Amino acid sequence: MKGFIIKEFYHIFRDFRSMIVLFGMPVVQVLLFGFALSTEVKNAPVAIIDHSNDQVTRAITSKLLSSGFFILSDEVHGEDHIEEVFRHGKVKEVIIFESNFASNLEKDRQAAIQVIADASDPNTANLLVNYTSAIVADYQQEYMKGLSLPVAITTESQMMYNPALKSVFMFVPGVITILLMLITAMMTSISIAREKEMGTMEILLVSPMRPMQIIAGKVIPYVLLAFANAVTILLLSYFVLGMPVKGSLLLMLAESLLFIVMALSLGIFISTVSKSQQMAMMLSMFALMLPTILLSGFIFPIENMPLPLQLISNIMPPRWFIIIVKSIMIKGLGFQYIWKETLIIAGMTLFFIALSVKKFKIRLE
Amino acid sequence: MPTNSSIIACNITKRYGEKLALDAISFDVQKGELFGFIGPDGAGKTSLFRIITTLLIPDNGSITVEGLDTVKDYVKLRKILGYMPGKFSLYQDLTVEENLRFFAGIFKTTPEANYNLVKDIYSQIEPFKNRKAGKLSGGMKQKLALSCALIHKPEVLILDEPTTGVDAVSRIEFWEMLAKLRANGITIVVSTPYMDEASRCDRVALIQNGSIMDIATPEGIRSNYKRDLWAVKAYDIYRLLIDLRKFKSTWTAFPFGENIHLSLKNENTNPSEIVAYLQAAGHQNVQVSKIEPSVEDCFMELMQGVKSE
Repeated sequence: MKGFIIKEFYHIFRDFRSMIVLFGMPVVQVLLFGFALSTEVKNAPVAIIDHSNDQVTRAITSKLLSSGFFILSDEVHGEDHIEEVFRHGKVKEVIIFESNFASNLEKDRQAAIQVIADASDPNTANLLVNYTSAIVADYQQEYMKGLSLPVAITTESQMMYNPALKSVFMFVPGVITILLMLITAMMTSISIAREKEMGTMEILLVSPMRPMQIIAGKVIPYVLLAFANAVTILLLSYFVLGMPVKGSLLLMLAESLLFIVMALSLGIFISTVSKSQQMAMMLSMFALMLPTILLSGFIFPIENMPLPLQLISNIMPPRWFIIIVKSIMIKGLGFQYIWKETLIIAGMTLFFIALSVKKFKIRLE
Repeated sequence: MPTNSSIIACNITKRYGEKLALDAISFDVQKGELFGFIGPDGAGKTSLFRIITTLLIPDNGSITVEGLDTVKDYVKLRKILGYMPGKFSLYQDLTVEENLRFFAGIFKTTPEANYNLVKDIYSQIEPFKNRKAGKLSGGMKQKLALSCALIHKPEVLILDEPTTGVDAVSRIEFWEMLAKLRANGITIVVSTPYMDEASRCDRVALIQNGSIMDIATPEGIRSNYKRDLWAVKAYDIYRLLIDLRKFKSTWTAFPFGENIHLSLKNENTNPSEIVAYLQAAGHQNVQVSKIEPSVEDCFMELMQGVKSE
């Protein structure tokens, strides 16, 4: 058993590709998702068409432009030109104030701002519209309180307008989940498939080792390495991306460990049904990666999915782990709030281990 | 049941879908015997060895090794088997020493405990013990694989084509090592596509298309060859073969190195008739001499018999 584990470590540490996947990928992915793919938008060119041009619209305009998200592009001189500037891509968003804005607000207690965004890049458009409405909402509050309390508002807007952090909050739990899932499941399934391909599995089978021992010998090194990985990702997101861990760190690590074991047992299951390294790789990629990304609620909210997909997402282990990570890291909740999700993952773990031990062939066919 | 039998196989049949890999094979191997399966690629040797080593279940028939059934008693049997699969199944990225230690470890022993058994073989590769197995030559890989298969002191050693892909010198050395192991009382079953290795075995089974054609000592197999055999030599060997096959009284003609081994339908044919025929066909330096049949000749003859049936 001990010899088996040592051997497995030799395999990993001597294979350049394994090392890259194990240690390079997590760092790169976290940083990529954290920085490059952050949905923060800065200095987006906007055009403002002000039919009113009173003190309120000017105040809102200056508030928008001073936010840092927008810079004024004075290309548009009327509604007729909007489509044209969008087509040229010079402007990402056009803000139109209705005429008599200030007096409408005073008399009717309501005034309208039209926001038109270039939705050819839906994410950016979505964000810009959100920023705009948030800034306007902020101004509205300010307006209602009267102009005598401007100091209190500045600190509040700082909190609200930090979308860069917000995107990290969204991505880190998803990235942790995907990485742990992929690395552990893929690496174990490939390493078992490699034994089959190299013919060494034949010798392992013609030895007194029991299936459980072979599986354990394969899994233990990866549990340790994947756990080291989880810690690395957490450290990176904490120190580099500024992601807080509001809940118990110990609980977070324990849940990660559980999820790793789940992913490993899934990997073993994949290897029992695949004959070659290629097949194991394809299975882990397509059977794990895509559903993990698409159906776990990482990118697309589960509530918005059609019912059949919502049902399928229930059997996606990452779905539950993302809930756990978000609960602990962002909401700071304790175990009493996530025991259900934990139980589901534990159940899946047992299921896959039982299935793998059963499917693990004691012979060649 | 004779108590000195190590392996007893009875009517082993194995199919892969439609294809019949082994067709009701029966044989027995004595304790301490060096037993060879000789036949070309695809004859069914590997399937048979995988059944002996509990890796496959036969569709029909049964094998016992040291009294243990390969299907029912596989757990016990796996402890006393040493198996070297057709490919050198070593961990390429582990060093020589790490490989040996690992394979000893999975049998719950250490290289030191049974060192005397592998000493002769392992000492030859020990100077390279820190080299990765993937970087060894074919002959050294083979020695390492044998050491790994022996390190837990098996009672029965199963070697699937151990000399395939190994240079001629290493092949000779390898058979010398097997002879020494046999002297230690280990039962050895080995397969090979090389007919010339048959004489190294105590007994051989000639296997072709999933059937055993003959089981005997190498001498026994040779003595089963009933015809006279002639080695024919001439300047243009290719044309010689074509002309000999056209010769009216030719039974078989096969190229063997620089000779053509010729057997004749009519036992009373005089060698001078062959020479006359060949010279008439324009061959130069024709030499004809009577030779003793080798195992390969017998194999060819047996195959000829199967075809003409």
